[in-house]
Order: sequence, then C-alpha cells, then structure tokens
Amino acid sequence: MAQFHSLFTAIELEGPLEPGLPLRWSRHRRIGGAFHSRLLGRIGESQVGPTYLGWPGIISLICGFIAIEIIGLNMWASVNWNILRFIKMLPFLAVEPPPARYGLWPFPPLREGGWWLMAGFFLTVSILAWWVRMYNRARALKMGTQIPWAFASAIWLYLVLGFFRPLAMGSWSEAPPFGVVAHLNWTATFSVRYGNLYYDPFHMLSIVFLYGSTMLFCMHAGTILALARFGGERETHEIADRGTAMERGAIFWRWTMGFNANFESIHRWVWWFAVLCTLTGGIGILITGTLVDNWFLWGVRHGIAPHYPQVPGLPSSLPHGYAQPPSIGAP
Amino acid sequence: MAMMSYEEKYRVRGGTLIFGDFFDFWVGPFYVGFFGVTAVIFASFGTALILWGAALQHNWNPFTLSIDPPPLRYGLGWAPLPDGGLWQVITICALGAFSSWALRQVEIARKLGMGLHVPLGFSAAIAAYATLTVLRPLLMGAWGYGFPYGIMSHLDWVSNVGYQYLHFHYNPLHMLAVTFFFTTTFALALHGGEILAASNPGEGEAIKYGMHESVYFRDTIAYSIGELGIHRLGYFLAISAGLFSAGCMIISGPFWTQGWPYWWNWWLNIPIWGPHGFA
Repeated sequence: MAQFHSLFTAIELEGPLEPGLPLRWSRHRRIGGAFHSRLLGRIGESQVGPTYLGWPGIISLICGFIAIEIIGLNMWASVNWNILRFIKMLPFLAVEPPPARYGLWPFPPLREGGWWLMAGFFLTVSILAWWVRMYNRARALKMGTQIPWAFASAIWLYLVLGFFRPLAMGSWSEAPPFGVVAHLNWTATFSVRYGNLYYDPFHMLSIVFLYGSTMLFCMHAGTILALARFGGERETHEIADRGTAMERGAIFWRWTMGFNANFESIHRWVWWFAVLCTLTGGIGILITGTLVDNWFLWGVRHGIAPHYPQVPGLPSSLPHGYAQPPSIGAP
Repeated sequence: MAMMSYEEKYRVRGGTLIFGDFFDFWVGPFYVGFFGVTAVIFASFGTALILWGAALQHNWNPFTLSIDPPPLRYGLGWAPLPDGGLWQVITICALGAFSSWALRQVEIARKLGMGLHVPLGFSAAIAAYATLTVLRPLLMGAWGYGFPYGIMSHLDWVSNVGYQYLHFHYNPLHMLAVTFFFTTTFALALHGGEILAASNPGEGEAIKYGMHESVYFRDTIAYSIGELGIHRLGYFLAISAGLFSAGCMIISGPFWTQGWPYWWNWWLNIPIWGPHGFA
C-alpha cells in the first residue's frame, strides 16, 4: 500500500537541534537539553525540548504536585498505608467532597471533605496558572491567543462541575469526587438523579460537538495526510500562498458534498466544534438541579419525549416537587 | 457558480473504479460517478421508507418518530414491513448509501491524485454502524437487538442497553472509546487554535509558520509533534474512537452477559492479593 507511507516516517533524518526563537521579553531562559527521540520521530518531530520555565509554569507545577500528593496520600491513608492494598484498590479509592451538612462552609474537618477542598483549590490554581503560561507564551511569540481561549472553554466545564454548580446548589457535596471509578459513579448517579441527562438539550449539543469534533478531525487529518505528497501539511504556507495541495483538498470536498472549507476556515470549524463541546456541556451541567429537576419530565413537557401510559401499581400522581406532565394525544 | 476559479483544470476524465467514462461527470459542484448514482438511489429510497413509517405511525414529530427494529420473536428472519421490516430495509439502504459514499470518495481521491485516507477513515465509522445494526444482532440471534432510528428513541436505546449491563462506564473498551473521543477533541482544539494563532497574529504582525508553531509547543509542553505528525495523531485518535466504540458494543452481549462492574473481579482476584499472597 504505497499510498499509506504518510502514516509513519520510514527514513528519519537527524539535523541539528533547534534552540528555539530568541526570548526578547523575558529574563528567564529555556531549560532542559534538547535531544532526538527515534520513536517519536516515527510519527512526528524527533526533537524533544528545550522548554520554557517561567513563574506561571513553576507555580502550576508546584500546585499540581501538591494537589496530586493530597489526593494520593489520602487514598493511601484510606487503606491503612498498606502499599499492596493501595495498588489493588487504587482504581476504586476516592477523595470525596464534604457531606451535605457542611453546605458551602470552607473549613470542614480534614477527614470530612477538608482535604477534598484543599486538593481542589491547589488543582484549580495549577490549572489557572497553566492558562496564564499558555497565554504568555503565545504573546511572547507574537502569535494569536486561540489556544488559551479554547483552554478556557475546558476550564469553564471544570469550574462548573467543581465550583459554580456547587455554589448555586449551596453545597460542596454536589461536586464530583477525585478518583477513577468514583468520578464514573458520580457521573452515572448524576444522570439518574436528574431523570436521564440524555434529555438535557445542552448535553445533546455537547455530545454532537464531541462526535462532530471526532468526525471533523478524521476528515481534516485524512485530507491532509492524503495531500502529504503535495506538501499539504504546510498549512500556514498554503493559507498565505495557495498551492495545489490546498486546491485539491478544497475540490475533494466540493465534489464530495457540494461544499468546502479552505485551509484557514477548516481550522475555524474545528476550533469552534471543540470549544463548543465543553462550553455547551458546562451549560448543561449548570442548569441541572438548579433550573431543571428532571430532564425526562422536561422532555415530556416540551413534546420531545413520549408520555408513557401509567404503569399499573405505581402511584397515579408524581412525587411532590415534580410537575405533572401534560397528557398527549388520546385521554 | 458551480466551479471555483481554479477548479476547471482539475475537472479531467479518469480515476473511476468501474464503468469507465459512463458516469464520469458532474452535476453542479457534485461529482457523480457510478457510486454517486447508487448513493442517491439508496438514500432516497431509505428516506422515503422513513417517511412511510411516519405515515403508518401517524407521527410527524421528528423528535418522537421512531422506526423500530423487529420484535425479538422474529429472530434473524424477515419481519412484516410495519413490524420492523421497514427497519430492515432501511438498514440495507443505509449501508448501501454509506458504502457508495465511501467508494465515491475513492474515485474522487483517485481523480485528484490524493491518498485514500478519507474513505479509509470513513470506513471506520461505517464499520461501527454495521457493528451495531448487523454484526451484534447476528451474534445475538435477532435483528431486534439493533438500535431504533429516531432522535429520542436511539438515546433511550443507548440508555437502556447501558443499564442492562448495570453500569456501562465499567466496560473497559467503553473507557478507551470515551478517552479517545475526549483526547481527539482536545488535540483538535490545540491544532485548530495553533493554525489560527499562526495565521491571525493580530494587527500589523507578520504571519507565522512552522518554526513558531513548533517553538510554541516546545516552550509550553516541551514537545511539538510537528505539522505532519499532528495529522497522523488526529487520524489515529479519531479512528480509534470509532473502532473502540464498536468494540465496546460487540463484547456487550455476545461475549459478556453480566453487569460490567463484575468484569473487574479479575483484578480483585489476582492470586497475589489472596490469602496466600502479600496483602
């Protein structure tokens, strides 16, 4: 299959290592010696490093380390510091938020969610400092800041889950726990508790953008790889000075579906799809439990879900707090 | 307006897979080809059957309309049209239309001298669809195990099948598929943002190229995968998301019939944890 040489690099060339562009506006230096990795060179660039270390990066790494230490040591303590039991139970261990009775009190006992609050605080500082780092590095290279703003959309979803929605609900206990299986359980329980999140229109949008992003990346990456023989991967060059790679890529989609993007606009499509995934997802979570109690009944009320006939043996009226769905069709 | 300014020189004969020049023409911006004809026939027929189903059900609400697969009692046989037969024929139409579309992409790629990466990637999605509607029902012994065609009803099906296995998040291949979906979207945001940042640097600033793109990622995360590499990575991540999704369904039922949380007992039952082990 000669066509698919574009999937990996068969013959690696090793040139001199690139030190990076001069740092004109910073007193910090790049750290770490750069080196070649043959393995990474199979699919991408072989050079690793050097990297930049500034205050936001240092703060982010230290706070991230503290958060992971708090989570890990709490988990280890929960199995009586038994190392083998720790390994065995690691997928199931969790650091849980404070119980509901503490509400939004910021200083619950450490054993009852205090450690969770502290880990969440340091993780949040770490993430926000990393955002500053992504922003500063883009400005320092005199580039646009589209990457940090996309990152901000992901941070929005993270803050909705762990901060804004608990604030709106009046209790830290609403937030997800730290833990592998624990956060999966939280997600499933959350959906069931609010009447199946699949009926939440913003959850629907978020999934559409998640699957849409995956489809678009397959379409885009497939197009570029198929154009590698014409130099299609040099995208910014093709944006500034259109060549045959850009023309063939555009025409491929025009002939396929009657419409095409170009080498710049496809990246606007994909940026918005990825950004809207977490943006709509965050909205969907924020209005769950605050504005809407039961998404299935919401769907019935708005005519998107069928109103199933009364099941024998169930009470004829819904529990207190639920709106009675209107009957649809024949009485 | 059917043609772009630079398009005419690319509209040449050849590249078809079958029937030579016979279907080698365009309609407006669309290339036709033999597989364009079959795609239109399959898609129109399938859509007409969906509309017929709506008429039979007296339901024109696009949210609640559902073309359901046959009840389980029909097994792997044909069902009467109003009782799942429509679903069976529509499934054939869908597979015919999707395959035609992929083969049409092959012809267009050959015409333009491009690789076949796009139709190959699309085939992963078709394979995932065929897994849900053909392969898994075949292994389970009834077409009734396919998913219904309806906006809300397919969500109900996903929800119900998930809870049949108690908690689908414990399905190991589902874990991988979700991870691939999230990682693909993450990588896409980085790639899209990077190209926009290089080509839109702001008022009065010069456009940036590969050197700046690489330095940005080396400065922030110590490694830049490069212009070609990011597309290899994205292609791999996106296709993996589709294939592992198909995989997590094909093992649910044909190869594992209990709740997915119980599957993890192998981990808890590794001999080294046991009474004669260390912990």
